[in-house]
Amino acid sequence: MADLRAAVAFEWTKIRTVRSTLWCLILCLLVSVLIALLFGWVLRGAYDDMSAEGRARFDPVASGFNGLRLGMICLVVFGVLTITGEYGSGTIRSSLAAVPRRGVFYTAKVLTCTAIALAVSTVVVLATFFTAQTAIGAAHNASITDAGVPRAVVGSVLYMTLLCVFALGLATVLRSPALTLGILVPLFFMVSEILNNIPGVRNAAQFLPDAAGGIIMRREPQAHTILTAWTGMAVLAAWTLAALTAAHLTLKHRDP
Amino acid sequence: MIEIDRLTKRHRTRTAVDDLSFTVEPGRVTGFLGPNGAGKSTTMRAVIGLERPTSGRALVHGLPYAELRHPLRQVGALLDARALHGGRTARAHLLGLARGNRIPDRRVDEVLDTVGLTGAADRRAKGFSLGMAQRLGLATALLGDPSVLLLDEPLNGLDPEGIRWIRGLMRGLAAEGRTVLVSSHLMDEMALTADHLVVIGRGRLLADTPAERFVARTGSLEEAFLRLTADASDHRAGKEAR
Repeated sequence: MADLRAAVAFEWTKIRTVRSTLWCLILCLLVSVLIALLFGWVLRGAYDDMSAEGRARFDPVASGFNGLRLGMICLVVFGVLTITGEYGSGTIRSSLAAVPRRGVFYTAKVLTCTAIALAVSTVVVLATFFTAQTAIGAAHNASITDAGVPRAVVGSVLYMTLLCVFALGLATVLRSPALTLGILVPLFFMVSEILNNIPGVRNAAQFLPDAAGGIIMRREPQAHTILTAWTGMAVLAAWTLAALTAAHLTLKHRDP
Repeated sequence: MIEIDRLTKRHRTRTAVDDLSFTVEPGRVTGFLGPNGAGKSTTMRAVIGLERPTSGRALVHGLPYAELRHPLRQVGALLDARALHGGRTARAHLLGLARGNRIPDRRVDEVLDTVGLTGAADRRAKGFSLGMAQRLGLATALLGDPSVLLLDEPLNGLDPEGIRWIRGLMRGLAAEGRTVLVSSHLMDEMALTADHLVVIGRGRLLADTPAERFVARTGSLEEAFLRLTADASDHRAGKEAR
């Protein structure tokens, strides 16, 4: 009946013909790699001054991925703009005139956004990993084949992709880029961090989307978490699915 | 052919369209008239599935719009010409829509040429004047070579040359056997262009009649329109003083 393949071609054309897309994705790479480089250099020098306990806790993978937390905001902005650009400009109406089945329209948008996020995340995570490990230096760094490292790398790609799609879903419900980013950016940078350091709520805070999915970015599991790398990823996947379901329902029951 | 069948659209506090029924036949230009807020745009949006009717339905070629496989190849609509992404070029805007409905890419250049935007094809839409946006909106409507056209105030922002051109275009499209529904508040223009008139007020049907007969009552379309809608206008200035 409806033509999903054509709808995907439509979404792809829309995404690649606005400059903000390219800017977000390039910034995502630059920010992640530059911070990885900086952290790596600092750690290379600082390792010798660390206490024995500090050295034992030192996780070159997690430290190297610190840049991803900032770079990933650019990917989240990309996900948000993919839909809010349509509401802000009013092109949502010509888009829905072209693809009137809301389910087909939104499936195409989610598929296209996911594919791009996955491709970009793969490049960014690998570039960040190798930059950071090179900067940390052969003495203390991790190799991509070390135990726990492939999981952290693959997991980080999934983490970034899912957060981007989660943001797309939330932005579809809220329609406003300012509102969506106003919720997500503080959540990612502050709220999770703060709540995770308050003993009483720590157990609940690790179920927030960014905290749950981020567990996998470490080489070694942390001590005090209920969630593990993969159950944390499953929690993030559940958040993403919930956001997309809410988005689909609002799209279906709201006049554009 | 467009069928509006007992269409009602109620918003939270007011009724935009109230049990409206009429049919738009192919092969002629149908003028869609009504005072501001009469429900013209709501009705047109309902035809292309942008408003969910409270009750009733709008059909194109006997089908709800959402059931058309490649709708732009059957229905072309110019509803809100300003609804463009400012960062996207005219060509890119059309190209996406074409790909979404499996319309050949070459149609993009053809319609840009038809509306006289070839020179501005690679300019970003944020620099467009209302007239240029309106021309791009028309290009969008014509993209899929549709048999049904819905044009909401297509003359807005156009210069006299553009207005004359659109008049010829609409008459030509109707002469080719297409269904053309056009709303306008310019009575002189409608008198020149429309073969048939549908007049609504406060969401209800006031007249559905050949244009000649409508005008014959008073000698001028404007006068006939004002008399007919006198009691169905919400926004007439100084009503008491008349």
